[in-house]
Amino acid sequence: MMLLQEAGAHPLSGTVASYVWLLPLLPLLGFVLNGLLSLVAAVRLGPVDPGASHADARAPGAHDANGGGVHGDDHHPVARHRYAALTSLIGPGMLVLSFLLATAIFLAMRAAGAHEPFVQRYFSWMPVGDLQIDAAFQLDQLSILMVMIITGVGTLIHIFSVGYMVDDPGYPRYFAYLNLFVFFMLVLVLGASYPLMFVGWEGVGLCSYLLIGFWFSEKANADAGKKAFIVNRIGDFGFLIAMFMLFANVGKLDFIGVNAAAASLPFAGVVVTTICLFLFLGCAGKSAQIPLYVWLPDAMAGPTPVSALIHAATMVAAGVYLIARSNVLFAMAPTAGLVVVLVGAVTAIFAASIGLKQWDIKKVLAYSTVSQLGYMFMGVGTGAYAAGVFHLMTHAFFKALLFLGSGSVIYAMHAAYHHTGNHDDAQDMRNMGGLKAFLPITWVLMWIATLAISGIPPFAGFFSKDAILGAVHSHHEGSTLDSATLLGIPGGAILMLSYVLGLAAAFMTAVYMTRMMLYTFHGPNRSGEKEREHLREAPWSMTGPLVVLGALSAFGGWFNLPALLPLGPIGALDRWLDPVVGESTLRITNGVAVETPASTEWLLVGIAVAIAAAGIALAFARLKPASLVPKKDAPAEHGFERVLANKYFVDEAYDAVIVEPVLATSRGLLWRGLDVGIIDGITRLFIQSKDDDSAPGTTVPMGGLLPRAIGWMGSQLQSGLVGTYAWVLVVGVLFVLGAFTFR
Amino acid sequence: MREFLLSVGYDRWILPALLLIPLLAALAVMAGGRAAEGEDEVLTGAANRPRALATAAFALEFVLSIGLWWAFDPAVSGWQQVFDLRWIPSWGVRFTLGLDGIAMMMVLLTTFIMLLASVGSWTSIRQKASSYYALLLVLTTGMLGVFMALDLFLFYAMWEVMLIPMYFIVGIWGGQRRIYASLKFFIYTMLGSLLMLVGIIYLGLAARQPHLVNGAPVMLNGAVEMIPNFSYDAIMAQVQLTPQAGMWLFGAFFLAFAVKVPMFPFHTWLPDAHVEAPTAGSVVLAAIMLKLGTFGFLRLAVPLFPAAAMNPTIRGLVLTLAVIGIVYGALVSLVQPDFKKLVAYSSVSHLGFVMLGIFALTVQSVQGALMVMINHGLSTGALFFLIGMIYERRHTRLISAYGGIARVVPLFSAILVFVSLSSIGVPGTNGFVGEFLVLLGAYRTYPVLAVIGATSVIIAAAYMLWAVQRILFNPLDKPENEHIPDMNRRELLLMAPLLAGIIWLGVYPAPVLRRLQPAAENFVRIVESRSAMSSTAMRGGR
Amino acid sequence: MLAESLFFSAVLFTIGVVGVLTRRNAIIIFMCVELMLNAVNLTFIAFAQVYGVAGQIFVFFVMTVAAAEAAVGLAIIIALFRHRQTVNLSNINLLKG
Repeated sequence: MMLLQEAGAHPLSGTVASYVWLLPLLPLLGFVLNGLLSLVAAVRLGPVDPGASHADARAPGAHDANGGGVHGDDHHPVARHRYAALTSLIGPGMLVLSFLLATAIFLAMRAAGAHEPFVQRYFSWMPVGDLQIDAAFQLDQLSILMVMIITGVGTLIHIFSVGYMVDDPGYPRYFAYLNLFVFFMLVLVLGASYPLMFVGWEGVGLCSYLLIGFWFSEKANADAGKKAFIVNRIGDFGFLIAMFMLFANVGKLDFIGVNAAAASLPFAGVVVTTICLFLFLGCAGKSAQIPLYVWLPDAMAGPTPVSALIHAATMVAAGVYLIARSNVLFAMAPTAGLVVVLVGAVTAIFAASIGLKQWDIKKVLAYSTVSQLGYMFMGVGTGAYAAGVFHLMTHAFFKALLFLGSGSVIYAMHAAYHHTGNHDDAQDMRNMGGLKAFLPITWVLMWIATLAISGIPPFAGFFSKDAILGAVHSHHEGSTLDSATLLGIPGGAILMLSYVLGLAAAFMTAVYMTRMMLYTFHGPNRSGEKEREHLREAPWSMTGPLVVLGALSAFGGWFNLPALLPLGPIGALDRWLDPVVGESTLRITNGVAVETPASTEWLLVGIAVAIAAAGIALAFARLKPASLVPKKDAPAEHGFERVLANKYFVDEAYDAVIVEPVLATSRGLLWRGLDVGIIDGITRLFIQSKDDDSAPGTTVPMGGLLPRAIGWMGSQLQSGLVGTYAWVLVVGVLFVLGAFTFR
Repeated sequence: MREFLLSVGYDRWILPALLLIPLLAALAVMAGGRAAEGEDEVLTGAANRPRALATAAFALEFVLSIGLWWAFDPAVSGWQQVFDLRWIPSWGVRFTLGLDGIAMMMVLLTTFIMLLASVGSWTSIRQKASSYYALLLVLTTGMLGVFMALDLFLFYAMWEVMLIPMYFIVGIWGGQRRIYASLKFFIYTMLGSLLMLVGIIYLGLAARQPHLVNGAPVMLNGAVEMIPNFSYDAIMAQVQLTPQAGMWLFGAFFLAFAVKVPMFPFHTWLPDAHVEAPTAGSVVLAAIMLKLGTFGFLRLAVPLFPAAAMNPTIRGLVLTLAVIGIVYGALVSLVQPDFKKLVAYSSVSHLGFVMLGIFALTVQSVQGALMVMINHGLSTGALFFLIGMIYERRHTRLISAYGGIARVVPLFSAILVFVSLSSIGVPGTNGFVGEFLVLLGAYRTYPVLAVIGATSVIIAAAYMLWAVQRILFNPLDKPENEHIPDMNRRELLLMAPLLAGIIWLGVYPAPVLRRLQPAAENFVRIVESRSAMSSTAMRGGR
Repeated sequence: MLAESLFFSAVLFTIGVVGVLTRRNAIIIFMCVELMLNAVNLTFIAFAQVYGVAGQIFVFFVMTVAAAEAAVGLAIIIALFRHRQTVNLSNINLLKG
């Protein structure tokens, strides 16, 4: 790869890190190959011209082999693609290579111990006047960490997908999209400037769109994909505006340039606050925060591994990455930080409350994801960037595990239903129950993940969630956020409120996760007599990745142990990320490292663990899986339960308040009213033609009125008598002559 | 490459050659095609002669024009490849051709799109093919002439030359309402261009020159006879307009170009013309003819009358109309039942970006506007081709007539999705580069308008993806859609260059941007300095 | 001599004009038009005596045109008569708008 300019005497130059461009290029290659396999198999190019003959030249079998399944996740057809074996090699293979390379680069970076980011410029992308945007990748501690998570978890999910999807007729297309996603995700985290990051940002949104609507023949799936893209675009709009503002005020768009030049902006000024708020709008779209979270639950229409990779582990965390990446800006805008924390906290509890009443196993996990993302935003918003990123990482482990576990459950249910020709909902927990007897491995692993997400020590989620809540609590005094205000409310109060909301959300998390486990795995089985015989654990290609994720969920906390629990190296991740976010973290706390007394910390930890344990205990005490009935016999919900089950009717409200009025205005007022009515109406005063169908069957009233009127007036002068014309002529001549003579 | 081109005198003959080849080919097509004229021609043997001949001419045209890419020196900011000839000496009209970076890119776009349009009409035009191709060829000369003309009279002549073939193409080979659409197109365009003629004559008279015959001045009543001068450079250099005259003239030019762009509220001819035109007609209309309007703003309306164009009220008005166009076009696209009309309205939105970029007057926004001009040519051209292909198979453009056909026509679907993404400006495709630069630049001078304009990224996603969903996805519930043949080789060949262009300009637009840069910078500098100059002159005069 | 010639042609022209204006018969109107043309010819010749032969050349043009006009005009009148059985112009208003 040609370099525009070698990155000076950086310790990483000349090492394996120079191959950073290969990281995204490998999955891109996978996309191209798989895409070609998909199209080549689907298309029989014939010399037939559609105009010349209407014969269908395609082979009879081609019809079934192309373009995806007929039905949704619950009963898509089983028809193995003829290139399935090749695809199984290319798709995950590229990811494995990418992950190995990422590991090598990570080790090189650890050995080099460089503090400066390693930037490689490849070519000039948009050179326009004083704007210089390069295609350049930036390697630093934050980006390589993200690369590791993406390629690592991505590899596991790719491998899982082989088992999960191999009998789908659209198999190569699936891996093409999945590879493309990884490509864009790596561009997102490696891009050295906001515009390049935006390429990845929109690219992952695009792949999300394609994968949610993977089984596009079902309208609900296509709808969900479209909704995801459009809602994401609302966020992208914010990202764009933020970039425009950055360029107008700072004159730079690359991270290094912006970070250096941002110092010239006034601290906590309107400009930097607005930039941060617009950036956060982008995050709210991508990471499903209020008010833009609505797309994520619908996104569960995609295949389950997709939900694990895109809608849990990586893409939805991109917003958190964006804020961590922009830490210099956010550290200068405490008010924006308060907004981020508050929105995160409200989202956390709001989504958790909806999660309490969902029946679809994937919907529970979806709302749980929204809720957990809220935690991450609380972390990065309050300035604890490392804690936010830490939770991002642990969440990637346990949520990927939960999703893949649910995928394993759905796979089993689906296979069982398939055997018996049952068309019930394979994702509804009311149709499950007692699965621990049939899926023991999944059961154990899912419990690990559940304890992790609930914040029970020593599992991974405990450490990261505790780090975030601790930071929110400690920053409520003596930080820049404390001195700032939001709508007149002092920042300290908002942080305290967010802390309480976070605790409440943690309680609900424990409840709904335990509820999910109880209803799915415990109690009596409700899948039906015949189906029960076909319920069994998925093959090892699928459970293998689960086991790896289970280990990471159990011990992931060791990556960043708090000083309180010296079970190993303390704060490894904090120290690793220090070159990127350390300065900003200090700036938030006014340059003083936070020193919380050990007693207070023990108290906080105790409260958090007690709340989580109480949640689990409550769920065990109150929920009776034995009393559940299958979905088709279930009674309707009442009262507030109904509001929760219907997700507070937010979708309906958006539809009624935004979508419908926009459509009605566009159709009635703008198009039919202004365009066809007024402007074309005026145009019709000038022209008329027989084929104008604005009023079918009749001539258009007033059509060509103006020329007709003028013509009519002119025609009245014509008597048709030549004598009269001659008289007029002579009078005219005399008049002109007279005018010249007697002037 | 450059050395070779210069050694064969490429610089001297290329521009007149590009104008002449289509005209000669048109004559040849008419002469050769007569015998084969029939009611419904079979696509074999002699009947294909006009098609083949015209396509060969377009191919030659394109191959010749490619040399401009190298022959054009991006470092030079003056006119290049100049060709100059006396035309009507006693009126001071010359046949002057020349290029700057903007015109060069537009010429390349034109020859490229015309070649594709010719290939794309292969099966869709079944009647009077020879006349059709002859008109297409004449149209090419007219459009190229407008981009090349450095004499205002020539500019006007070419402007009208391209109007008439298009009128016939829509009116003869169009759809159900072709008469209405072509009439509307003609009336709208004519209304504006006549006022422009008045303006051009005024300018020509204002930049008078002595009448020279063989170098000697012609005497009249004891003084040297003065004749008009329509040379662009002379008018730029000599004409000093009073503020009032500048306003009126800008108004005249504005109307001509605003109709062509089309800007809100002069846009309603566009959906009708697009929908009724045959596929290649729509492609040419969208990809090139609309750009002639914005090109007119860049070449004439703004640099000639900078004081009027940059007058805060007028500038604000134009920018507001541009932004209204962006949002309005997108909103109306949202509710179109006819896919072709949807794309037509989306053109209104895209061209609004171009106007926003031009009048925001920063280097980024102007370059962005130029990129949008090129990108819109590729993306919307490709969309119209795709609509044409599906129309040939199912004979309907109504979105509701389709649904779920991605299973039946996977290749078509993949390409349609890709082109749609480029149309809504997903980064990595060309659409993003243009819109991003326009908005980025416009934000520097008009932040509020840029923000409003940026909302269209949301609406664009909504209308395009919604339409794509209703056509390609959802259940395949109509039996007549179950056996649509997928794209054939010719169609694939047609789309391949467009797709390549979409990716190239999205990933590596720098070579194009570099060639546009001097012209764009020149434009900004001239307009800024001249509008500042005349505003100080105005103040001094008072 | 010039003055007399001009006076004479003016008289002839006036007679022609009055004839065209007042008469209704197409043939007579036609003859009056010829009268006007010849009055102009006379003027040309008169001036040619003073300013050179250009005037005489114009006369030839006028005569040519007059001959052509006679041929076309009479043909129209005959065609008119065949259709309408009249050459009275007050009965003919085909040009009415």
